[in-house]
Amino acid sequence: MILDLICESLPPLLASSILTIHLTCISLAIGAFLSLPLGLGRLSKNRWIAGFCFAYVYYFRGTPLLVQIFLIYYGLPQIGLTLGAYMSALISLSLNTAAYTAEIIRGGIQAVAAGEIESAHAMGMTRSQVLCRIILPQMVGFALPAYGNEIILQIKATSLASTITLMDLTGMARTLAAETYAPLEIFSVAGIIYLAMVITTSKLVAWMERRWTAYRR
Amino acid sequence: MDDHSRTNEAPQVEMRDIRKRFGTNEVLKGVSLQAYNHDVISIIGSSGSGKSTLLRCINLLETPDEGSILINNETIKLKRGKDGRLVPAERAQVIRVRTNVSMVFQNFNLWSHMTVLQNLIEAPIRVLKRSRHEAIEHAELLLQKVGISEKRDEYPANLSGGQQQRVAIARALAMMPQVLLLDEITSALDPELVGEVLSVIHTLAKEGRTMIIVTHEMKFAREVSNWVIFLDEGVVCEAGAPREILESPKTDRLQTFLSASI
Repeated sequence: MILDLICESLPPLLASSILTIHLTCISLAIGAFLSLPLGLGRLSKNRWIAGFCFAYVYYFRGTPLLVQIFLIYYGLPQIGLTLGAYMSALISLSLNTAAYTAEIIRGGIQAVAAGEIESAHAMGMTRSQVLCRIILPQMVGFALPAYGNEIILQIKATSLASTITLMDLTGMARTLAAETYAPLEIFSVAGIIYLAMVITTSKLVAWMERRWTAYRR
Repeated sequence: MDDHSRTNEAPQVEMRDIRKRFGTNEVLKGVSLQAYNHDVISIIGSSGSGKSTLLRCINLLETPDEGSILINNETIKLKRGKDGRLVPAERAQVIRVRTNVSMVFQNFNLWSHMTVLQNLIEAPIRVLKRSRHEAIEHAELLLQKVGISEKRDEYPANLSGGQQQRVAIARALAMMPQVLLLDEITSALDPELVGEVLSVIHTLAKEGRTMIIVTHEMKFAREVSNWVIFLDEGVVCEAGAPREILESPKTDRLQTFLSASI
């Protein structure tokens, strides 16, 4: 009986996991793209740039993601900007992870030894050469463990998209649970699928970190 | 102190009346210095006397508050920044200076994510626009010269301090600089590793390379340099040939310093 339920719910749950993975990957990609200038901006000597990036990071870290999603999904239509559930979720998730990743990048940059940056300048390298050749490659190594954590948080954060009608893994689980009156089984299966994604991710990140920072050993 | 000046040629490095303060602390109070081709100048003095700051002004890692710097008779253009302090006016000139004047640091400062060879070819390829092939060829020669060829594909973390510092010297030489600045290059080394680094510098001195050296090793300063400057509280207290400076100091300050540093 339980096995039948699990076997029947597995295909639709796995199919809806595609949206979960999709939202995670696309939002992380957009977030990473936005986070580099934000993280560098936090370290800028220009007060306006640093101030803007500071405010950005503090807004997105200081308010719940659910509020950010509702603000875009329910709030923006009020001023005539209707984005739809998918776009609203994707934009909120991207802007949110950008803020956290910006802080991870800032920390990674600050972890690079000042002397190595100084010697690069002393050799006549330009600022952008120092950034691209010395600072950023080492930053990645320092940032990877924290960023792996951020990826995991992001996988789980996508479940909030179900609150605005999206049929991701959580959304599908809620629907199936309502249809079958078996929330215990359904949400257990959903939980195990999330767990599998998280474990795969952390293994992958740990492997990448080992490869990237081989020079330190 | 101008005894070693030469009338028939321009100095490679000339500093005139350099002043520098950090906050309320005036570190340099009007210091002048000339280095001609083949000069090996040692700057000695107690910690906080401004030696390293003076050296760092030459390649503009620090900008003096007042005074002028000439490299190969070319005046470094300085302008007042927003806070009223001097800053270099032209990035291109700063980079030109830094390719002519290479520095070796107390803490080696090798790029830890690059192998020994990559450390040596990075700046020649990016800054001097050498071809990769050319840069590698030159780098291998330099590694041979500092006696560390077998470590060419190791990362700095796997080398001893003395080996790292020899790589750092090779990296500075890879830029084919006219002048080498050495900032307390043996101070971070275990005593038994000092010799291997100093012997490399001895070789360079014999080859006639212009060097300005900040050091605490008095024996080394006497052996290697043709001119010694004793810096005390931000001014040149005494300067002269190593023998007279180190064996018959004229001022009390230098006498005290030398007796304390034996």
